[in-house]
Amino acid sequence: MPYFDAASTEPLHPAARSALLDAFETGWADPARLYGSGRRARMLLDQARARIAARLSVRPDELGFTTSGTQAVHLGVLGALAGRRRVGRHLVVSAVEHSSVLHAAEAHERDGGEVTEVPVDLFGRVDPAAFAAALRPDTALACLQSANHEVGTVQPVAEVAAACREAGVPLLVDAAQSLGRMPVPEGWSLLTGSAHKFGGPPGVGLLAVRKGTRWRSPLPEDEREGRRVPGFENVPGAVAAAAALDAVAEEAPAENARLSELVARIRREVPRLVEDVEVVGDPERRLPHLVTFSVLYVEGEAIVTELDRLGFAVSSGSSCTADSLRPSHVLEAMGVITHGNVRVSLPRGASAAEVDRFLAVLPETAARLRRSAGVTS
Amino acid sequence: MRFRRRAPQAQQAPPAPVPVPAGPPAYLMLDALGRKCPIPIIMLAERIREVPLGEIVAVKADDVAARTDIPAWCRMKSQTFVREEALPQGGWAFHIKRDY
Repeated sequence: MPYFDAASTEPLHPAARSALLDAFETGWADPARLYGSGRRARMLLDQARARIAARLSVRPDELGFTTSGTQAVHLGVLGALAGRRRVGRHLVVSAVEHSSVLHAAEAHERDGGEVTEVPVDLFGRVDPAAFAAALRPDTALACLQSANHEVGTVQPVAEVAAACREAGVPLLVDAAQSLGRMPVPEGWSLLTGSAHKFGGPPGVGLLAVRKGTRWRSPLPEDEREGRRVPGFENVPGAVAAAAALDAVAEEAPAENARLSELVARIRREVPRLVEDVEVVGDPERRLPHLVTFSVLYVEGEAIVTELDRLGFAVSSGSSCTADSLRPSHVLEAMGVITHGNVRVSLPRGASAAEVDRFLAVLPETAARLRRSAGVTS
Repeated sequence: MRFRRRAPQAQQAPPAPVPVPAGPPAYLMLDALGRKCPIPIIMLAERIREVPLGEIVAVKADDVAARTDIPAWCRMKSQTFVREEALPQGGWAFHIKRDY
């Protein structure tokens, strides 16, 4: 049963699993307490924080653990906006940000703020000059993902960070899709991530806020996690996240090259094997493990269901697969075909044989679905 | 997911005066109102050949995905997407010029 949906969640890394189980034994106590078991939990939490901080090139006191990547984004965006409220209420985001960023932007608008969305090209990439042009004297925050979660396109973070620095605007980088896979360019003020995207456990997000970045919690006061994240710390989760990030970062050079080659094969072969297919996203500046294509004249839901029947787990950005019955805002912003959409994202260890089998079943699957939809041409 | 970018489809709007269409009239009008994507695109792909070169085929559709998919299909198939026209009863008429 090949699992090709790593972009939704990466299976738990064995290193994370054993760290998690160990920490349930040793790190269950309240890290805020002064007795032995509490001190041990605090030590494990501090060690996990230091390990991840080192990977992100931040100071441990700049890093907080949240309950999810989405919560990290919400706190990062709303906290940075609150911290710079006197500067202005203008927020700049790219049109293809993760829904957590766009929903935080909507909350900011409901609260009387103003949002500018920077458009993307056909590859889903923002133009750094267009992003820079959107920055204003009253811009409180700018947000740009490191890489797109639906089409894999790597964004020009370094150039945009330079423009933001020039304008004196803090930049929040949502690095959920690239953490553990690729280094994050310097120059950001806030960074968010999610442990289950790199083989860690669910329920652990990362929020890094650089020293000197104005930030005020949008939530009621709480003394935990440096007053940034409310609630009892998930020490086992943090320990497992650190173990996962270390493990995948060690494996990344070899594994990225391998997966990137398999993705290149899919990008090359799908249009050759199946007529009327649009492969989307940047062919070069992309995540190593992710590729998205749309099969014309086929429903996204139908192709996902059919591939599942054949044993392949893939995701789709087509409207029929979404609760809202709207196509993916990413595909819309790019101006590419939204129906018949298939996102393949390879987890660590995905094999060439699995990819070949996928390529072997795809043409007949597309043909069968087209026939049943009454497509004759 | 529903984000700001686009107005939702018209909800029971009062009957508006029918706008005078801009540009040349459609040679062929396809009605895909109430049909989900990809059906509007399938109809367009199958029937554009009934239109002489240089003439217009129009597709009426109210699935919001068509607003992205019809122009994208034209780009892929080297046909010219002429314009999108909002319909008074909701949905849109998409005008496509047959180029080959």
